[in-house]
Amino acid sequence: MKTTTDETKYWNPYVAGVLLGVVLFLSFFITSHGLGSSGGVNRIAVALQDLVVPEYVDSVPYTARMAGGDKNPLDSWIVWEVAGILLGGFASGMLRKRVRLQTYHGPQISSRSRWGYAFLGGLLMGYGARLARGCTSGQALSGGAVLSVGSWAFMFAVFAGGYGLAWFVRRLWQAE
Amino acid sequence: MAPFDLVALLGVTGSYLVYLAIGFAFGFILESAGFGDARRLAAQFYFSELRVLKVMFTAIIVAMTLIFLSTALGLLDYDEVWVNPTYLWPGILGGLIMGVGFIIGGYCPGTSLVSMATLKIDGAFFVLGVFAGVLLFGDTVEYFNDFWHSGFMGRFTLPELFGLETGVVVVLLVLMALAMFWGFGLISKLIYGKQEDHSPLGARMAAAFALLLVSSLLLFYEQPDADRKWELLADKYAPRLQQRTAYIDPAELFHMMNDEYIELIIFDVRDEQDWNQFHLVDAERVPLQQLTAQRKRMKSLPENAVVVLVSNDEILATRAWKQLMAIAKPNAYILEGGINHWLNIYGVSDDEVDDHGTASLATQDGSLRHPFKLALGARHAAARPDEHLAPQREYTPRVKLLKKISKAGGCD
Repeated sequence: MKTTTDETKYWNPYVAGVLLGVVLFLSFFITSHGLGSSGGVNRIAVALQDLVVPEYVDSVPYTARMAGGDKNPLDSWIVWEVAGILLGGFASGMLRKRVRLQTYHGPQISSRSRWGYAFLGGLLMGYGARLARGCTSGQALSGGAVLSVGSWAFMFAVFAGGYGLAWFVRRLWQAE
Repeated sequence: MAPFDLVALLGVTGSYLVYLAIGFAFGFILESAGFGDARRLAAQFYFSELRVLKVMFTAIIVAMTLIFLSTALGLLDYDEVWVNPTYLWPGILGGLIMGVGFIIGGYCPGTSLVSMATLKIDGAFFVLGVFAGVLLFGDTVEYFNDFWHSGFMGRFTLPELFGLETGVVVVLLVLMALAMFWGFGLISKLIYGKQEDHSPLGARMAAAFALLLVSSLLLFYEQPDADRKWELLADKYAPRLQQRTAYIDPAELFHMMNDEYIELIIFDVRDEQDWNQFHLVDAERVPLQQLTAQRKRMKSLPENAVVVLVSNDEILATRAWKQLMAIAKPNAYILEGGINHWLNIYGVSDDEVDDHGTASLATQDGSLRHPFKLALGARHAAARPDEHLAPQREYTPRVKLLKKISKAGGCD
């Protein structure tokens, strides 16, 4: 099966963790802040919204702050970081021949229902990330490394939410 | 001292290229760690694979150790590092929602991006979902704005929470992470009856020991205190004292007292006796030893805030200025000639004052040269001179209002 060949090509998680830690440190050292992604996704989403319904974007304070009037929501470092994440992920996938059109899903569910669940999970993630002012990278990883109290509380909440629900949705991921 | 002002160094485009490079490394590592595959991420919550825990906590403790070693060695200025401000309740609720989203959708925003980049359709659907979620949030946040701002504690760190040295907290967190790696592995073995991790135990132990050893250095190299911090920053700030651009004429302070646009904060650093004799209206008495307690407030001042430090002459106020710069770098100035000079201009020839003549600015000994007969505090007319009656003076304006460089971190 493909999975096993993929498995052997993945890095040891501790090695990946050390490298990620070094990148995170360099990010703080050079730029004063850590890594982020949901903020960039947010800005891209607002930019698309601004193309379609600019009056609406200007009327809502939250989006107007990013894209009100002639403000360009893409004019931010985090958008560039997101572009980098996409390129880096693609490059790594190409090198290991993992770039191919496919759907990862648990053994008990179809691709189609997996798409639905992925969308639903993404929706919750996006909403929660904005509510918590950051995602796994911007809050947990970055805030955690510089000892922010709120980031540590957030991190444990994420794990609590995941573990709390895991048993009830095991059909999504596990075999019978 | 790092961090650097990237835009000043490289220009806007150059700084964006740095972020592109950092993002590239981030994405490359996530994909290489197997985080483009939702099944491996979700497996964390069934203990069948512990990649999420291992990668995340290893990254955190490695970065943390490097960051605080750099600050201890004076290479990096922790005050300039973006620390996510704590909004406790929305942070916890948002975290719970994200945990639920994680186990249903199988990704988090960053990992879904690398999944999509390798053409995984479920990753792309997840990214679409995130788009929908953030837009939905923008549309609904107005209904619970109060909650979204609740539990605000500003820049609040674990060493402050526990009242422990930074080095101790770092070592404890490293130990906690190592204990979690071990404990989760144990749970996994209990459930599935086999080892989850096949990498050589010796190598893992050696790495854990090395990291613990390096982070333990923080127990011996302490984080810089205000004095040492000033030494590190002296190159940058001492010229302001030498060229006297940090000193403002009394007339400029007087002008600011009447400027509604400026949020003026006056710190009087003299002892209580002199303070009781005379002080400026709206001044706050903050002795030198208590300056550090102002750190948090000084770090979250609005752009139009100006801090003016006041002592009898300039000696104490200058010392206070150095301390403030070392701990928080607010937009702060020193009253030129101090209270003595102020009273020379706005206060003498009044029957409440024993007139000892004009105090010389050249000889400074820290004492109040205009002894008052009564302890008038701020009730003396010179505590806030009348806008129309006070003598007009020419002066060179020194105060520059800050235009804050927007420096939101992570996900703003």
